[in-house]
Amino acid sequence: MSRAVVVTGMGMTTPVGGDVESNWEAILAGQSGISLIDEPWVEDHTAKIAGIMTVDPLSILEKHETRRMDRSQQAALIAAREAWENAGSPDVDVERLGTVIATGIGGITSLLASYDILLDRGPSRISPHMVTMIMPNGPAAIVGLEFGARAGVHTPVSACSSGAEAISYAARMIQTGRADVVIAGGAEAAIHPITMAGFAAMRALSTRNDDPQAASRPYDIDRDGFVMGEGAGIVILESEEHAIARGAKILGRYAGAGLTSDGHHIAQPDPEGAGAARAITCALEEASLTPADLVHINAHATSTPQGDIAEGTAIRRALGSATDNIYVAGTKSMTGHLLGGAGAIESIYSILAIRDRKAPPTANLDNLDPEVTLNVGNNGPVELPQGDIAVLNNSFGFGGHDVAVIFRSV
Amino acid sequence: MSQEEVLGGLAVIVNEVAGVPVDQITLDKKFVDDLDVDSLSMVEVVMAAEDKWGVKIPDAEAKNLVTVGDAVAYIEANS
Repeated sequence: MSRAVVVTGMGMTTPVGGDVESNWEAILAGQSGISLIDEPWVEDHTAKIAGIMTVDPLSILEKHETRRMDRSQQAALIAAREAWENAGSPDVDVERLGTVIATGIGGITSLLASYDILLDRGPSRISPHMVTMIMPNGPAAIVGLEFGARAGVHTPVSACSSGAEAISYAARMIQTGRADVVIAGGAEAAIHPITMAGFAAMRALSTRNDDPQAASRPYDIDRDGFVMGEGAGIVILESEEHAIARGAKILGRYAGAGLTSDGHHIAQPDPEGAGAARAITCALEEASLTPADLVHINAHATSTPQGDIAEGTAIRRALGSATDNIYVAGTKSMTGHLLGGAGAIESIYSILAIRDRKAPPTANLDNLDPEVTLNVGNNGPVELPQGDIAVLNNSFGFGGHDVAVIFRSV
Repeated sequence: MSQEEVLGGLAVIVNEVAGVPVDQITLDKKFVDDLDVDSLSMVEVVMAAEDKWGVKIPDAEAKNLVTVGDAVAYIEANS
């Protein structure tokens, strides 16, 4: 049994906008959401920049909600409410409604704030909500509760590919008949001195502090690392049958996914790109598509020196000469890297590219690294063809995770 | 400290914890049944009350605080 899966709703809050349409407008225009972190602690840090959500969740949610939710849960709830409304608030049997929302790190800022309270005021002053704020399944649980989902609430964790893995897991729930509607995506809000110090210790972060908006620059010869971002992206996935029966507007089709692992190194990409290439090939196979059917790739493209080249190698390894005709974009050049939220927001940008037949630019790509042999550019948006088209979204994570998801036009 | 002062202070705390409008928080209201304050949120209410009035509300006592009036009386008697 494999039922067709469609996308009927989208919601997001990121460093470039508080909802889907404002995000898309900024992304097509190549606008960066990166800025200097306005906190005294950045003083001693090598990387002092990040992508902060443009709309603070505290300005939207009620105080009694926010005091029991980690910031990642707040972002997930805001994006999920937008997605649900965008889907027309589906009338669905809650026992056929699932939730799969990923996070890379979970409620780390709540954990560390609680630790500060423990040291300062003692164990009796720890919030009774701390545990449910720090658990990685917190965003999925909060959103599942909001909509009463009873078909299952899940949280795949695979670092920076978590959001894409969540979408593939959600699609599988529908394909195999466990659910008719699944709220799926990823959320992350982990900008904190300790995470910044940790990623900086790996030499993974850009230190272009004097020009924050130019810091995330995938494929550019002068790229020097990724920029942390925060936010959430949520899609409503639905069986085609269920969507048609309720007269829902279908925004795109989930075509297939490939999930593999490198077996190479805990944090470095396989320079041969073998695992990532297999993920792309598996996704094409599940989608019953060929490389020539792809018109656009929303690449993982974090702006690290090694990662961008390895991904280019993987793409060419999987797609061969068809690669020359596929327009590739790295939208982390504008949003920064949302870790567990990345695969989710970039899946939404992929679906929007299909909807509007426009692929976004890669901002800050001034001088292409000669080792990158992809069809990329910073003069966007680029027109995509009419007719039946497919778009690939790549996501990779520390631990050697490779996830490729393909969406198709309706 | 008057009963009204304690009730007013407690109403602010319950509002922040559970989102119930302050004017609906009266002496006869039950925390769980009327104000949607679950056992976790009740821990928050107790913690905030301890901080505000310098009282100690042990778990054995907290579980007897069924209504807002029970809590007000306990705080008045022990602060």
